[in-house]
Amino acid sequence: MTPVTIRRWAWVHKWSSLVCTVFMLLLCITGLPLIYHHEIGHLLGTEVESKPMPANTPKADLDKIIAAAKALYPGKQMMYMSQEPDDDTIWNLTLGDHGTDENYKATAVDARTAEVLPTPQFEGSFMSVMFHLHVDLYAGLWGKLFLGLMGLLLLVAIVSGVVLYAPFMRKLDFGTVRRARTPRTKWLDLHNLLGIVTLTWAFVVGATGMINTWADLMLKYWQATEMADMVAPYKNAPPLATFGSVQQAVLNAKAAEPTMKIGFIAFPGTPYTSEHHYGVFMNGVTPLTSRLYKPVLIDAQTARITDSRELPWYLTALLVSQPLHFGDYGGQLMKFLWAALDIATIIVLGSGLYLWLKRGVNVPARAGKDEAQIEPGLVPAMAHGEGK
Amino acid sequence: MSPAFMRLWGVPIVLGILTVIGLVAALLGDGLLDYVSFVTLGMPVALGAWHGLRKQGQ
Repeated sequence: MTPVTIRRWAWVHKWSSLVCTVFMLLLCITGLPLIYHHEIGHLLGTEVESKPMPANTPKADLDKIIAAAKALYPGKQMMYMSQEPDDDTIWNLTLGDHGTDENYKATAVDARTAEVLPTPQFEGSFMSVMFHLHVDLYAGLWGKLFLGLMGLLLLVAIVSGVVLYAPFMRKLDFGTVRRARTPRTKWLDLHNLLGIVTLTWAFVVGATGMINTWADLMLKYWQATEMADMVAPYKNAPPLATFGSVQQAVLNAKAAEPTMKIGFIAFPGTPYTSEHHYGVFMNGVTPLTSRLYKPVLIDAQTARITDSRELPWYLTALLVSQPLHFGDYGGQLMKFLWAALDIATIIVLGSGLYLWLKRGVNVPARAGKDEAQIEPGLVPAMAHGEGK
Repeated sequence: MSPAFMRLWGVPIVLGILTVIGLVAALLGDGLLDYVSFVTLGMPVALGAWHGLRKQGQ
């Protein structure tokens, strides 16, 4: 690489990093508790837990479970109900004044006794603050898209950082950290070391995080195309006054997809279904297919299946990208590595910022000479940070 | 591949491949594949920690 090429890449690396670093630090710091959100929930007592009962205890009728939640919040309508993949003893229900109510109420109901379980509200809790700062900065769709743009800059910073790894490390063995030199040299070496070891992970987590910021847009597109097509026969039907049995709807969905299990149920009026349908979203049972959904739309009056289709490729890609961002698919060992790599990334970001802040400081003659030997012509551009 | 190229990029390339194996393995199955994932994805963490924390003479 010529000194001019290096200077150009250095310019790209400097500006892409500088713009996104503060947000990336925020994402890494808030992401750390999110890795362990279940464990933190247990500790804070904000995780709903059901009474231990024999594993073969029969499950309550879903209509009774819904009735229990509605009795708790009279006048509100059902929005969603879902189960955690690893716990079929609890149903989580949300109710609101309408299908897109942002001030929805959440409650858990025991899946066997149909008793309402004490449910701490998520909004306002510590984890919800972490969640919003990580996902949308309390600014809804625009907050998500903004963070997605910052994610894109991170990817640019990673690629340009890899290009710059070569001129900096050409004369050094892998893993060299020159501790005896100036603090700036030490942190430069640590930045290069941790940057290159976390490279692939950071790129994957950054890219899948960016894809996740487009989730709302993808869903809107799916609703406007595929789902509109599926419920087209109901386009001019009058709004429903009475609703049929959810239990029967779920039984019909299970009969249609006997190898799958229920992921969540969307109720009429929510964006995941129509005004006239229960949207039963089925999961597969293998590690990969348990991440995917197959929507079964069921007439909310007759409980008969209207239509069921595979998700389109872009939603499949979104759903497969989620575990790669969350790191929640390999047990405690993987969570630990996710946390370690997250901390390493915080050090890369912090040291990058430090290297930029120290750019104008005159390096001692001896150390300056050593750095200059790495690549003639590079150090003035890097050490003083001005690509011109 | 020249020796100079491998000296510079050898370890980073191996770590990149191990990371990809680690990320994909646990996605495809549980049990044994989770451990494959831990060992392969653990390599970049271990090397980063080792070189970052050990005393170096230079």
